[in-house]
Amino acid sequence: MPEVLKAPLVVEFPFTRSLGPVQSAFLTGLRERVVLGVRTADGRTLVPPVEYDPVTAEEIRDLVEVAPTGTVTTWAWNHEPRRGQPLGTPFAWVLVQLDGADTALLHALDAPGPEAVHTGMRVRVRWAEERSGAITDIACFEPYDGAAADVSGHSGDFEDAVHGIVAHARLDYVYSPGRAQSAYINALSSRRTFGERCPSCRKVYVPPRGACPTCGVATTEQVEVGPGGTVTTFCIVNIKAKNLDIEVPYVYAHIALDGAGLALHGRIGGIPYDQVRMGLRVEPVWTEGARFPDHYRPTGEPDADYETYKELL
Amino acid sequence: MTRDIALVAFAQTDHRRTSDELSEVEMLMPVLHDVLGQTGLKTADIGFTCSGSSDYLAGRAFSFTLALDGVGAWPPISESHVEMDGAWALYEAWTKLLTGDADTALVYSYGKSSPGSVRDVLTRQLDPYYVAPLWPDSVALAALQAQALIDAGETDEPALAAVGARSRTDARTNSHAQLRGSVPQGDYVVRPLRTGDCPPIGDGAAAVILAAGERARELCARPAWIRGIDHRIEAHALGVRDLTDSPSARLAAEKAGAFERPVDTAELHAPFSSQEVVLRKALRLGDDVRVNPSGGALAANPIMAAGLIRIGEAATRIHRGESDRALAHATSGPCLQQNLVAVLEGDPR
Ligand SMILES: [Zn+2]
Repeated sequence: MPEVLKAPLVVEFPFTRSLGPVQSAFLTGLRERVVLGVRTADGRTLVPPVEYDPVTAEEIRDLVEVAPTGTVTTWAWNHEPRRGQPLGTPFAWVLVQLDGADTALLHALDAPGPEAVHTGMRVRVRWAEERSGAITDIACFEPYDGAAADVSGHSGDFEDAVHGIVAHARLDYVYSPGRAQSAYINALSSRRTFGERCPSCRKVYVPPRGACPTCGVATTEQVEVGPGGTVTTFCIVNIKAKNLDIEVPYVYAHIALDGAGLALHGRIGGIPYDQVRMGLRVEPVWTEGARFPDHYRPTGEPDADYETYKELL
Repeated sequence: MTRDIALVAFAQTDHRRTSDELSEVEMLMPVLHDVLGQTGLKTADIGFTCSGSSDYLAGRAFSFTLALDGVGAWPPISESHVEMDGAWALYEAWTKLLTGDADTALVYSYGKSSPGSVRDVLTRQLDPYYVAPLWPDSVALAALQAQALIDAGETDEPALAAVGARSRTDARTNSHAQLRGSVPQGDYVVRPLRTGDCPPIGDGAAAVILAAGERARELCARPAWIRGIDHRIEAHALGVRDLTDSPSARLAAEKAGAFERPVDTAELHAPFSSQEVVLRKALRLGDDVRVNPSGGALAANPIMAAGLIRIGEAATRIHRGESDRALAHATSGPCLQQNLVAVLEGDPR
């Protein structure tokens, strides 16, 4: 079995999310070192506050300030903090019921070790130095030996309230393309193109993905195709793509490599864009060190007869 | 709606820590061929196809459309996909068959957790405003639930360890399981949960075929009739919930008819040992019920497939005559947030 191909793959996405009125007040409050809850019709105070009652789905808007002090309702000791978590040193995950609240908030507790943490212990908010209106404005909780802190009865109205957050996310993967695509990629490194034939319908897939989507069976027989091919259809690109150093206009085409059962796509060069036509015979052009053809150019052969490629459009 | 629908065939991969050498469709295709082979059906004979998977696990956009290559979807088939465990795909297929729109359904699901860090990937399903920015991983959230159970006197660390040990002992007879036999309880991952309390991380796939009425009897000697399925969800905020109980699982079981008569077998999707404690209580399972004879999710937990596998394992025991009435459960989300319960029965013997 050939070596499994692997490559790092990073998926990163900054989501810009808008806030409802309750979320906006809560997160703006954190920026101002005020913790707000929301009161339900049956008189419970939810912290963190939500826009709709989790039991009745009723819209709830009655904001009420609660204390930055509270009691741990459950905890879990995290001896190996992971990327993005609130503290870089070992800490306890905690659910904290703040004084004045009826529900608990998830956050981190900075404590010297698991022996210093227990359910029922008193804690208080440690505010982040820099606050922007986000849950991370609470840096973490810390042990606190005292009664409920006083609250001023804040109304929840703020100057310059935040109305959105940007939630960054990054996930790291090690991508491996599987058996069929690995064989295809390995062959490309010696400038050869291999497809795979369906044992049922005999179609040759390039690039192969391991299965015939028509028959639902594995493709296993490797078939070398090309290097020559026929332009089956094309378009003229008139808008320059970002980070792509190719003069416009240029032609992007579907190319049926000789022996392939479907067309792949590539750029056509070595010919004025307005002379590219269906049936044009082309061959790949490789640049030094490249892992796939840079583009395809005319071979000078007579054009292919339409009958030979009409099934591959 | 008086149409009897049964699970008539089930197949799964051998679940493994990695499957680098296979793409998702390459991993999935053998189980599709397996269930079709068991019934003699071809793709063209299937009335409805439904799958469950998540592109986030392997970081491959639209991987579910590529997976469809393994089905053979031409000429065009009637098809649907849920970004949920395959148990929920089965629910959709069951509903489709109940309407009479189709007589047979193929349901499959797969998960390749090995390319990424699944503990981190799963943080992306959490409340994006108040929770996800803290990146609380899946083990951490389960550990909060476990500690709440310990504080409430419902379990302790030795009892949790016993759940893991029993599961992997039972998995000795399950050749598909990833962890079988004696597995060390290990160190804390997030205290109070140790390695042995956590599911193995792995890749795998599963598929089942459903059929209605007489069609089911033609395809299977002893069909596993689905007497009811229901799924329910808890509030998403962990701090609103009583983590020591699962009212949603209890309600789903009630609506699925689980409490009407005793079951002899239960396949529970409890990825963490502590979650079995919650589910046994919520589902009112006594000591006379055989729980997770397959080894359950503590022996193999291919995410997105492990719930469907519970239904498939329960059905297989009915097919073999080892059970007459079984409960199958699937979960999704942190700390048993969502729960699906199915009740399966064999014809009287
Ligand atoms: Zn084919």
